[in-house]
Amino acid sequence: MKFEMTGKDKLNRRGFVHLAVLGTGSICLLPGCMKSTYKWRFFTDSEAQLMDALADQIIPPDEWPGGRESGVTNFIDKQLVGPYVRFQSKYRKGFAAIQETCETRYHKKFEDLTWDEQTIFLESIEAGNMKESAWAGGFDKEFFSMVRDHSMQAYYGSPRHGGNKNNMSYKMLKLDYPLIIGQNRYKT
Amino acid sequence: MVAKELSIAGLSVVLFERGGWISYDDHTDDELISQPISPLGTSCGPDDKRYRRVIVYPDGGSRIVLPSEADYNNIAACVGSGTVSYAALAWRYMQEDFKMKSTYGHVPGSTIEDWPISYEDLEQCYEKAEWEIGVAGDDSKNPFAPPRKKPQPMPPFSHNKGARLLNDAALRLGFHPFSSPVLRNSVPYGGRPACIRMRNCNGYPCPVNAKSGTHNTVIPVALASGNCELRTHCVVSEIIVNEQGRITGVSYFDEDNRKKIQPANIVILSASAIETARLLLNSKSKFFPKGLGNENSWVGKNLQGHAYPKAYGIFENDVYDDFGPGSSVTICDFNHHNPGIVGGGYLTNSFFIRPYSFADIRPPGTKLWGKEHKEFQRLNYKKVIKVHGPYQEIPRFDQQVEVDPEVKDLWGIPVARLSPSKIETDSKGCNFIAGKAELWLKEAGAYFIWKSSGTGKGVGAMSHQAGTCRMGNDPKTSVTDKYGRVHSIPNLFVADASLHVTNGGFNPALTIMALGYRVGGFIASEWNRGNRFK
Repeated sequence: MKFEMTGKDKLNRRGFVHLAVLGTGSICLLPGCMKSTYKWRFFTDSEAQLMDALADQIIPPDEWPGGRESGVTNFIDKQLVGPYVRFQSKYRKGFAAIQETCETRYHKKFEDLTWDEQTIFLESIEAGNMKESAWAGGFDKEFFSMVRDHSMQAYYGSPRHGGNKNNMSYKMLKLDYPLIIGQNRYKT
Repeated sequence: MVAKELSIAGLSVVLFERGGWISYDDHTDDELISQPISPLGTSCGPDDKRYRRVIVYPDGGSRIVLPSEADYNNIAACVGSGTVSYAALAWRYMQEDFKMKSTYGHVPGSTIEDWPISYEDLEQCYEKAEWEIGVAGDDSKNPFAPPRKKPQPMPPFSHNKGARLLNDAALRLGFHPFSSPVLRNSVPYGGRPACIRMRNCNGYPCPVNAKSGTHNTVIPVALASGNCELRTHCVVSEIIVNEQGRITGVSYFDEDNRKKIQPANIVILSASAIETARLLLNSKSKFFPKGLGNENSWVGKNLQGHAYPKAYGIFENDVYDDFGPGSSVTICDFNHHNPGIVGGGYLTNSFFIRPYSFADIRPPGTKLWGKEHKEFQRLNYKKVIKVHGPYQEIPRFDQQVEVDPEVKDLWGIPVARLSPSKIETDSKGCNFIAGKAELWLKEAGAYFIWKSSGTGKGVGAMSHQAGTCRMGNDPKTSVTDKYGRVHSIPNLFVADASLHVTNGGFNPALTIMALGYRVGGFIASEWNRGNRFK
């Protein structure tokens, strides 16, 4: 009995709080307001731009949105100050290594490479073929595998964590959402 | 089970749980926070803030792992524990599963052994678990099922689209398919409603309370008896031994992390194979310098789980109909008596694979990102069936739980250190079973199939963890007697999968429950006959 009561109690309270937040939160959604107040939680602006480019390579836009549009960068940034705090230094190091290597090889930032150049570059990281010292000790493979995994979590996981904007991957997979009637308890 | 058996028999019981009561609403439809898939945390605990373990790799390297990482081998930390979040398969082990050594002989490099009890000794306890907790199933279609006196209480579940294809294919192949037994209500039972067939089930609490576990059956009965007090958010750290070498209770940390003592005449451990062993090993004293019950260094040894040999098949048409939770058709044709193989396992269609997990499922050699990867996801998400099953691992002495000499959890208690060991027999058997999965999918109409033996090199005990306090008749090669009583200590018992000598080719939940009834029933009847376990 206690088990059920606790659940229902929480739901009602949370539902109420959720509605209240929606009501007041909407005032802030003016374009000017967003631009001036929004800051990444962990990423720098240039790191976020690089992450957007990586996200689109990992899950490219086609007739369905790519990783960037679905909020992969937002998801990872959010998790890096939450459960993924332990990955912060790897991201910082990996981003620096990518830009450093691109600068040396192409005299460009990663996001300014052509699409195919980017793909080939990432395939090389994934395969563990990076010769530069920044990637030593198998960091190339490890870094790519981490970013790829987190990007898949963002794109295909629940939108409550900051990715999969508007349930776009569920729609792409033709998965009904919400689950079934009576189960619409989604928390954003 | 034990708390219920003791409290209704009139004994006074304190039940410790490190977590609290938990509900579906805490994590709803969230693939990233569930129990088996937990990159952002477990849905039912333990949490990343307070808990740690150390994992040792086959190359000898080791590292600290968090509960949200697969290497942690988590079991839910909440009232009802794994029975809240489990897939709820309700298997009786077969007669051979209790007599592995007699059936197959000694396997070099292993500690394969017969149980000190037979299937017949446990049959009544299986029946009690099926009726008190609630099982839906029908053994009559399974010619390999062990003999039973009473049928399962609820009718079996109907199949979804994928399972129907597999069911017909199995019949054509001469296999013997049937609907898997589950601890889930197919009809209203025990005052709780029938299953609503959601796609989420395995890894989540049930939103309508149709999945049956200890939290909604025996624990409420124990509490209603007036003889059982449940202390949630309490972490037991040590079993107390007095100056005479006798066990007098446990010390624990309460919900405010204050250290407290609970005196007791009898202590029963049901913390799952890893934590039960850790607690015994952490209870060191001048009488028991290597930990309780560990005179012969058998505590924590023989850690087992299941390998999962598998095959995936792609079909021309959609096979996914969202009629959850997915798994329902099983064959037990390959559990035993396979040529050249020790044991085996059943095969079944898997629970629905959620989108993030599906992103890792690709034929070998396929790129795991980019345009092709996304297209595969979009085209095949509803066209793939996975067939797999738990393969009975052969126990190895040195696949083990120790306590780490340095790493401690939030409360300063030394954490469990898990070390792997694999032998060749397992991968041979797994390849054989994966081959049968492939055959089955082909007959069902899959046009493209790939398979995997499912044997990792690390510790893969996961939620099926077992074997660390083996029961046996010889105190030199086991930890407890055939009633779960630690050999050297009359008032200390174990009642969980730690007792398993071998772990069957099945999910262990119903066997754990049956052993709970056996141990609890034994203590209650002895106590009421005047035995004070001194």
